[in-house]
Amino acid sequence: MSQTIQISVNLFASFTRGRFKTAKQSHPTGTRIADIIRELGIAEPEVGIIMVNGRRAEPDHQLTDRARLALFPLIGGG
Amino acid sequence: MDKIVRVNMSTLTSSNESVPEAWAGLGGRAMTSTIVAEEVPPTCHPLGVNNKLVFAIGLLSGTSAASSGRLCGGAKSPLTGTIKESNVGGTAARQLARLGIRALIIEGMPPGDAWYNISVTKDGITIQEETALMGAGNFAVADGVRARYGDRVGVMSVGPVGEMRMALANISVRDPEGKLRSMGRGGLGAVMGSKRIKFIVIDDTGTPAAVPLHDPEKFKAAGKRFTKTLQEHPVTGQGLPTYGTAVLVNVINEAGGLPTRNFTQGQFTAHDAISGETIHDTIVARGGKPKHGCHAGCVIQCSQVYNDADGKYLTSGFEYETIWGLGANCCVDVLDDIALADNILDDIGGDSIEAAVMFGVAMEAGVLEFGDGKEMCRMLREEIGKGTPLGRVLGGGAANVGRIYGLTRVPVVKGQGIPAYDPRSIKGIGVTYATSTMGADHTAGYSITTNILNVGGHIDPLKKEGQIELSRNLQIATAAVDSTGMCIFIAFPGLDIPDCLAALVDMINARFGISLTMDDVINLGKYVLKTEHKFNLAAGFSNEHDRLPEFFSLEPLAPHDAIWDFTGEELDTFWNF
Repeated sequence: MSQTIQISVNLFASFTRGRFKTAKQSHPTGTRIADIIRELGIAEPEVGIIMVNGRRAEPDHQLTDRARLALFPLIGGG
Repeated sequence: MDKIVRVNMSTLTSSNESVPEAWAGLGGRAMTSTIVAEEVPPTCHPLGVNNKLVFAIGLLSGTSAASSGRLCGGAKSPLTGTIKESNVGGTAARQLARLGIRALIIEGMPPGDAWYNISVTKDGITIQEETALMGAGNFAVADGVRARYGDRVGVMSVGPVGEMRMALANISVRDPEGKLRSMGRGGLGAVMGSKRIKFIVIDDTGTPAAVPLHDPEKFKAAGKRFTKTLQEHPVTGQGLPTYGTAVLVNVINEAGGLPTRNFTQGQFTAHDAISGETIHDTIVARGGKPKHGCHAGCVIQCSQVYNDADGKYLTSGFEYETIWGLGANCCVDVLDDIALADNILDDIGGDSIEAAVMFGVAMEAGVLEFGDGKEMCRMLREEIGKGTPLGRVLGGGAANVGRIYGLTRVPVVKGQGIPAYDPRSIKGIGVTYATSTMGADHTAGYSITTNILNVGGHIDPLKKEGQIELSRNLQIATAAVDSTGMCIFIAFPGLDIPDCLAALVDMINARFGISLTMDDVINLGKYVLKTEHKFNLAAGFSNEHDRLPEFFSLEPLAPHDAIWDFTGEELDTFWNF
């Protein structure tokens, strides 16, 4: 069994400042979204929307290989 | 003393009435829908003598309440055939409030061929023949009216599209900088054109700066609490002022709900080229304004001023739905083409959402190619704007084009184009599209809050559970908010911070010296929806019209393979209140 997973991390709006828009990253199997958020230096209360492969996910969700993670701050419109 | 003003275009006279007891507690949409339901025969021809065009200020218009500058317009819609309410920012609501005009009702139709303008001042109403500005676009009208009547006047006008009574026609309202905001949906500009009114000029010179308040101290205190919630909530306090509504492009694309290529896909490969982030960076690089208020006193300021590559004004009020529609739905990925199209639509006076859905259908029909932003702009200017036979076809809206070209993939409900969120992958908004009395209208019950944005909780957008209740609660609340004259974006703090709506109710009570409760406000929203529903039923609509087009049930949408699977029986439970 693989010890690492390859995921794509995608940031939007104010989260891109000082960071990146999209990045391919390697992480240990079992990595949770909360771990990625912490590594990015984002405070969890600032996270508005989390999506994995286009579906809402919670911070304690364990990522799988080739997952696409998207993180948005609290935003809206209409 | 507050009044109701009637303008009779058959006799070219006007009259004032005191506000009837039964209308005293009404404002905005509650006022327009009550008047239309009472005075317009539901089976009348929307472009005929018996339709009425009603403008109403909100309960808090003209006060210092933050973000309270919306004006509502209502009539029977030439696009949908239903009752219609459409609201707009700009300066007019505050000016009418200072003049003490709670509602302006335009009825009848002029004999002969002449066109008119209507002048509204503290000394009364004047109806005059208009020749000089006939045929002019809305920007020239706004400039011309200010040159003629003074720099600070409010202007409400129709462009050539409204003059030609196309169902695409909107009504433009001047914003504080002299640019335009739009009373967009449902073809109200065609109703104004059918009564041969080119513009309404509003001059509040000589009126008191503030509307009278029953309890100024209580109002001020409640106003402070209210403003605090708008500033505290991350959406209204940071997200919208920084990125505007276009920030949604990437969110809705990520969720697989961005209708692309006439609603055949849920994601657009070029989404980043038309995203709110890209727009923000482009605006800043070109010396535009990334933050801009559509009316004085707005603390949210979600609008923006977008310049062209030479740093000259190109458009403002560059909204998510417009960018989605003229962009992803039409496969156009050149931001400047989309901005130019938005600007042309402002000038000729057409609804940008209806135009966007219409162009998607027209592209599928082969009238022009998907992705051809330049041809889209040419057609807006040279065909629709000039009323050529093709222009008339396109200016009739998406349903019209779909019918003429024999297509089934025509995304409309009750004849109105479906905005920027695909109902298959965001089912909560699909319920709103199907059941709203307005036709397909995203603002009528903005389920995106809870389906996607995690505001007011969360309900899975790909499942049916909870969606009807969500849409019902939002539609009721929205009908109430639309009656206050507040911008609907107060709903973001309204859903998450309890003091927001509590402070709103306190402001209304302090303004009028009454004692409304939250229940009263909810009941007002229910009353508005039921009044509108009753009108629609009498106009010939039935529960069979509270449905989405068939193709949404047949064509799964990538990436989630989502399908619209609500039954008619399930949708009919919406009205169980």
